[in-house]
Amino acid sequence: MRASPGWIGISSFTILVYIFMFAPVVVVMLLAFNTSEFGSFPMQGVSFRWFVELWNNDAIVRAFRISMVLGALTSVISTTFGILASLAMVRFDFPGKRIMSTVLISPILIPEVVLAVALLLFLKFLGVPKSFPLLLLGHVIFTMPFVVLVVQARLVAIQREYEEAALSLGANSLQTFFAVTLPLMLPAVLAGMLFSFTISFDDITGTLFWKPGGVETVPTQIFAMLRNSISPEINALGTVMVVITVVLPLTGAAIGRRLAARMRTR
Amino acid sequence: MSLIRRRVPADHAGGRETDAAGRAGRRGARVAEAQAIERDRKPWLLLSPALTAITFLLVVPTCFIVVYSFWLRTATGAEQVGFYLDNWKEVLSDPFYRDILLETLKIAAISTVACALMGYVPAYFIAYANVRHRGFLLLLLMLPFWISYIIRTMSWINILGTSGAINAVLLWLGVIDKPIEMLYNETSVVLGLVQFLLPFMILNIYVSLEGIDRNLTEAAKSLGCTGWQAFREVTLPLSLPGLAAGSLLCFVLGAGTYITPMILGGPEDAMFANLVYEAIVTQLNWPLGSALSLVLLIVLGGLVTIYTRYLGIDQIAKSFR
Repeated sequence: MRASPGWIGISSFTILVYIFMFAPVVVVMLLAFNTSEFGSFPMQGVSFRWFVELWNNDAIVRAFRISMVLGALTSVISTTFGILASLAMVRFDFPGKRIMSTVLISPILIPEVVLAVALLLFLKFLGVPKSFPLLLLGHVIFTMPFVVLVVQARLVAIQREYEEAALSLGANSLQTFFAVTLPLMLPAVLAGMLFSFTISFDDITGTLFWKPGGVETVPTQIFAMLRNSISPEINALGTVMVVITVVLPLTGAAIGRRLAARMRTR
Repeated sequence: MSLIRRRVPADHAGGRETDAAGRAGRRGARVAEAQAIERDRKPWLLLSPALTAITFLLVVPTCFIVVYSFWLRTATGAEQVGFYLDNWKEVLSDPFYRDILLETLKIAAISTVACALMGYVPAYFIAYANVRHRGFLLLLLMLPFWISYIIRTMSWINILGTSGAINAVLLWLGVIDKPIEMLYNETSVVLGLVQFLLPFMILNIYVSLEGIDRNLTEAAKSLGCTGWQAFREVTLPLSLPGLAAGSLLCFVLGAGTYITPMILGGPEDAMFANLVYEAIVTQLNWPLGSALSLVLLIVLGGLVTIYTRYLGIDQIAKSFR
């Protein structure tokens, strides 16, 4: 089958699809190094000036800081909730479990716009204005299902016998959790945290509804800048974001895999 | 889902004791019972933070906007509490809203079909590629998920814009003497959506292809099928659940977006979610915005419900494994 004309056709088509998916992003990264005043072709030379300009742009630096803090808090909270819920789903059998598996991912089953509107209006009604806490609550509820899905998949693979051994050797359930379960779960925890951080860091659909005036995250900052015109600065910012959201998970995954490998050999 | 481990040893221990000696055994049974209750409570304890969050940040707010959609916004900008059908009458009878809803469903459908057509072959390629290359191919497939949606969307401006890549090449080749505007129309919106949604489609198809027993195609071939027939009769039907899951995901995500049309579309290319955004964020007409977002919820939620009713939610969850 391999090297047959059919297979060659399939691989060439695949390459074309991958080019379709990546070419525009590559162009963004290329243009970020363009010397020209306008973020467009033809390229006139290579420089880092737009990255320097990014660094000196207070609005962007502020947006960056907000995105980082928001992403970090979101990932801690939603991973904690998500892992507890995943433990219940993987380790226990209880009535209503099937329904629970749908309930837990319900925040991604309904359109994000609807979730954004509902949360915004309800909390406004309760007297919570558009604010950072609202943004955080929104990001938590929206990222939690992803954590549940990712962590559940990893938890299933962890052998129950290790915990049973610890319990039979006299450890209580809390000791067992911290000495055995948690270290074994570490790759899952890491995966959940990275996943929720990246989703929060990238989110714009809900964020535009929840963010108070004057507060921008990186995506909403880009969105606001796009309203004027596309400048090389946006391309540079895009490049920085791609590097953060791609390189970070890749190293995270590598660390996770190494940890998991070490667990197995031990 | 099938890999749930049940904890039974405690029950066994209790049971054996009861058989052994009368009174001590009954005490053992009581202990076992207490443990059983403890065990029944534990999953709910673990679930409670997540469930509390979902209840107060999702369920109650959604019920709230149902109530809210019957309130009225008065000329002064204040809300009138009560039971008014005005918002719903406006949303359901005004052809303006109906046309945009139909347009939204059309754009989502076109994007979904395009994703299916473009996505099946790469999914097949990854599933049947050499095992050594598969990890790398899967990594490449996951990459777009990590690249920001807004960056991927705005990147099309650099490609299609008047000073974008395509125009630059065409000008340089002398095919055209002034740039053509390819942005801010329905096609550019669909293009942006397809690029955003394609990874979801490929991933879902890949997962179902991956789960197919390879012996089945071999069996079909040994019974005289050609490679193409074996694909059409065996592989394709067995991969349909993945195709369906991918299509649902693409359609729902595509129909619920307002960012893509705002960046890549012209003034005429507004989608339904843009109306919601306008009503809530720009006009501050919250009751109307509630009604509009409920329409979107009913249409897309209905679709999800029909899908899960017949095919179950597990297929979509599978792609996270």
